[in-house]
Amino acid sequence: MSFQRTQEKLKILADAAKYDVSCSSSGSKRANTNKGLGDASGMGICHSYTEDGRCVSLLKILLTNHCIFDCAYCVTRKSNDVKRAAFKVQEVVDLTINFYRRNYIEGLFLSSGIFKSADYTMERLVAVAKKLRLEENFNGYIHLKSIPGASDELMREAGLYADRLSVNIEIPTEAGLKKLAPDKKREDFIKPMIKVKNEIIQYNAEKKIIKSTPKFAPAGQSTQMIIGASGENDFQIMQTSNHFYKNYNLKRVYYSGYVPISYDNRLPQIGSAVPMLRENRLYQTDWLMRFYGFDVSEILNEQHQNLDLDVDPKLSWALRNLHEFPVDVNTADQRMLARIPGLGMKSVFKIINARRFRKLNWEHLKKIGVALNRAQYFMVCDSNQFEKRDLTSEKIKGLILQNSTSKYQKMLSNQLSLFG
Amino acid sequence: MQAKNLIYDGTFDGFLSAVFYVFEFKLKGVTIQNEFTVQQGLFSENERIITDEIKANRVWNGIKSKLSSNGSYQLYYAFLSEVVGVEDLLLDFIQYAFSQRKKVDKDYSHPSILKTAQIAKSVGREKHRMEAFVRFRLTKDDIYFASIEPDFNVLPLIEKHFKRRYADQKWVIYDIKRGYGLFYDLEKVELINMDFPENFNFTKTDDAFFATQEFEFQKLWQDYFKATNIESRKNMKLHIRHIPKRYWKYLSEKQPN
Ligand code: SF4
Repeated sequence: MSFQRTQEKLKILADAAKYDVSCSSSGSKRANTNKGLGDASGMGICHSYTEDGRCVSLLKILLTNHCIFDCAYCVTRKSNDVKRAAFKVQEVVDLTINFYRRNYIEGLFLSSGIFKSADYTMERLVAVAKKLRLEENFNGYIHLKSIPGASDELMREAGLYADRLSVNIEIPTEAGLKKLAPDKKREDFIKPMIKVKNEIIQYNAEKKIIKSTPKFAPAGQSTQMIIGASGENDFQIMQTSNHFYKNYNLKRVYYSGYVPISYDNRLPQIGSAVPMLRENRLYQTDWLMRFYGFDVSEILNEQHQNLDLDVDPKLSWALRNLHEFPVDVNTADQRMLARIPGLGMKSVFKIINARRFRKLNWEHLKKIGVALNRAQYFMVCDSNQFEKRDLTSEKIKGLILQNSTSKYQKMLSNQLSLFG
Repeated sequence: MQAKNLIYDGTFDGFLSAVFYVFEFKLKGVTIQNEFTVQQGLFSENERIITDEIKANRVWNGIKSKLSSNGSYQLYYAFLSEVVGVEDLLLDFIQYAFSQRKKVDKDYSHPSILKTAQIAKSVGREKHRMEAFVRFRLTKDDIYFASIEPDFNVLPLIEKHFKRRYADQKWVIYDIKRGYGLFYDLEKVELINMDFPENFNFTKTDDAFFATQEFEFQKLWQDYFKATNIESRKNMKLHIRHIPKRYWKYLSEKQPN
């Protein structure tokens, strides 16, 4: 490996890959059983954080930024005047192994522009993964991006070596896709997703009979949507997500606030703000769907097509459904506890455990770590100091915002963590 | 009656031996202190406790039968925090656990249990951070070497993780603050003490000690780190919350060029 040439390529091909937000390295069960290198059986680890605050857990690069397509939102698009580069298969292998040995990364996230054809590109992505597994005895995490339009046979092979496969849907609606990515067809995204889903199902069925079936994409598949490039509302976006979760067994959908990168009148102008708060609200909604037992239609529907920016989606739902409250924390079931604004799942489990010993009052709840400034309006406990006043939603919202101005102001001006 | 102050050798077994002693003589109002941090009480009498593995095991097994596995982990984690006074807190926790019929480790309304859980959580957080922030550098002897300076004594907690993960390379993780390290020789992990050369600088990749290609990979990693940042989303406050500054000096991506 020539240090200087690799250095040059790495700069270009890491830079071009950075807009892909998925960086998760968890969910696989690939353990180090061969005394080889690495282990992807635990929780993924963030080994570093970029200055914009995102986790760095994988070496995320493109194999090449040559591309025959011209998607408007993409830096790699054919009409963009940038320096091009391409890694050799062995270079990617060496980088991955050497970074892994130094505990910089959990593994590799390999994507690519489309050069020549979908299959030609996919073949090379697969070759990297294959080499890592078979020649280097590598058990770390590998995420391969499926190239839209690649053949089923290559998809199957990819799934044998990768922990996760993804194909980015990028634009939430078909109309938006037509406008911004005229070379792409929606079927080209969907086809590999179906293939991967079916292979996973088949793997799970075969596993029961033949013990030694090679694992197929043990961490499943994911996709990404760009937010704020093509005018969809939150209702449309979350409907699309819900559709993917339900029909293609996706593990994760990622939402990526569009970072303006080109002068193109189909897109927001360069310099316009990245919709970070909106992106965060979508993630929160996604969490409510996946872990809090909410149906997406409870949060977004015809009457309520966009998420509030000033309050989080759970609080917003509660304010629209005051008839469900107050909830008695000493008797309520898990599902209702999880619906109290200010209560995260961790607090829910703590409450369920602690209330077996004694009835809980405000002091106990505070100690457990419940955010009472929000929760107090929606619950009763072992105390008669309860907000008995019949407050309207507007009034409650006002009180909450008033008591947490500093926090919410921070949220509006900065990126925030999920359910802080 | 004079209060007693039990002095132990700083090990977990030593601490458990002290606990055994408290139960054996049904002592009240005692404190337990590590021999390195003894603070002389004005009216208390010091008593040295001899570490006894058998007694320690009896106490530990007793604790495990009175707590869920999560509860005994928390106790051990909190012990490794080396927080001043943690021994007395844990003694209180243990006494409460033995006084009740039910398993009490989730009873967060009890002050010692809540406090222990909180300390254990900080220790757990640092354990996790060490798993993330250890940076190995390849030495001329073909050993991957990392130096750390954690606030809490987390080396015993991260051993398994690194052994499982780096099964095919020799490595050392050295706690500079506490003066001991872990060494994996491709077979097993051992505790070691090392003598470093007079002029050894833990944050510098000196070519007298480290392999030539080490510098190149560090450089590549630094470049990668820079290239992957999105300038228009820059948020240093969040960045520093994720990687507290005290860890920076050992992170290759945070070294000046
Ligand atoms: S096909 Fe992929 S790499 Fe090529 S321009 Fe479109 S989004 Fe970019």
